[in-house]
Amino acid sequence: MAKFRKKGSKGLPPISTASLPDIVFMLLFFFMVSTTMKEVSLKVRIQSPQATELAKLEKKSLVTYIYVGVPTHQYKALYGSEPRIQLNDQFATVGDIQSYIAQEREGMKEADRPKMTTSIKADFDCPMGIITDIKQALRKAQALKINYSAVQKSNY
Amino acid sequence: MAKRETPEVNAGSMADIAFLLLIFFLVTTTMDTDSGLARLLPPPVPENQEPPPPIKDRNVFTVLLNSNNQLLVKGKPLRVEELKDAAKEFILNEDNDEKLPEFKDVEVDFFGVVPVSKGVISLQNDNGTQYQAYLMVQNELQRAYNEVRNELARRKWGKGYDDLDEDQQKAIRAIYPQKISEAEPKNIGKN
Repeated sequence: MAKFRKKGSKGLPPISTASLPDIVFMLLFFFMVSTTMKEVSLKVRIQSPQATELAKLEKKSLVTYIYVGVPTHQYKALYGSEPRIQLNDQFATVGDIQSYIAQEREGMKEADRPKMTTSIKADFDCPMGIITDIKQALRKAQALKINYSAVQKSNY
Repeated sequence: MAKRETPEVNAGSMADIAFLLLIFFLVTTTMDTDSGLARLLPPPVPENQEPPPPIKDRNVFTVLLNSNNQLLVKGKPLRVEELKDAAKEFILNEDNDEKLPEFKDVEVDFFGVVPVSKGVISLQNDNGTQYQAYLMVQNELQRAYNEVRNELARRKWGKGYDDLDEDQQKAIRAIYPQKISEAEPKNIGKN
């Protein structure tokens, strides 16, 4: 009469978690691929200026960066403490901008070229003289869409 | 010695390891969408171009920014905080003031024929102006335009300018065109 259920023979079978690592790895790979590590190491000190009316820069591949600022400590001896322009990984002068823009434009797809945006990342304390020079150079290079990089102003 | 079976490697902790990596990447990823003030530069002027016809005084909103980051707007010193309202007044010219810009009737989709201001904001800065100050002025001017456009969008469609579709945005841009002209650089107020 007395019937004993065999232990563990019935009841819900445990959900197999064997595929969990796969799922997680998939996520992992997604993030690894979509993460863009910083491409250039900054040689100038940039403290972004603040603004409120910001527009987002959408497509990274369409954006060319121009960095402006005082050279960081280790480059001070070589390049002085006046604001300098950095294009890609090296210091440059205003005269280099035109060829730099042309070169960047070459590297883009034909259809993307008119949408090219130049982002000017300059230190907030730069004098406008250098920025104006850059703007004039960009005008000459026909890179008319620009973006003054700035961060959201916290209190207004 | 009895032959022992090699125990299977426990794969249960694999998920933990993967999670750890995942969390690491999640934290370090800066989907850092750069943001900033978008501007359009004027195309380079051909050298042998004749100078453009002069613009009437009332149609120009001159903003001068000197090397001490001080503003001079239409000949009067102004603080940056007041610039937005001054610019808005100039753009709107609600009372048809004699000193503020004239209008020109233009046909715009959705709105029909509307008066569009002929005003131009002229911004001139010194070579010694601080970048932050210059950006602040640009920002305030942009804010004036954004507010004016937003107000119109709300009146017409009951939503903000950013929520409108492209044609509607275009119509609003046609009514309040953003005309900020930057003069060729000069040295003002050198010290």
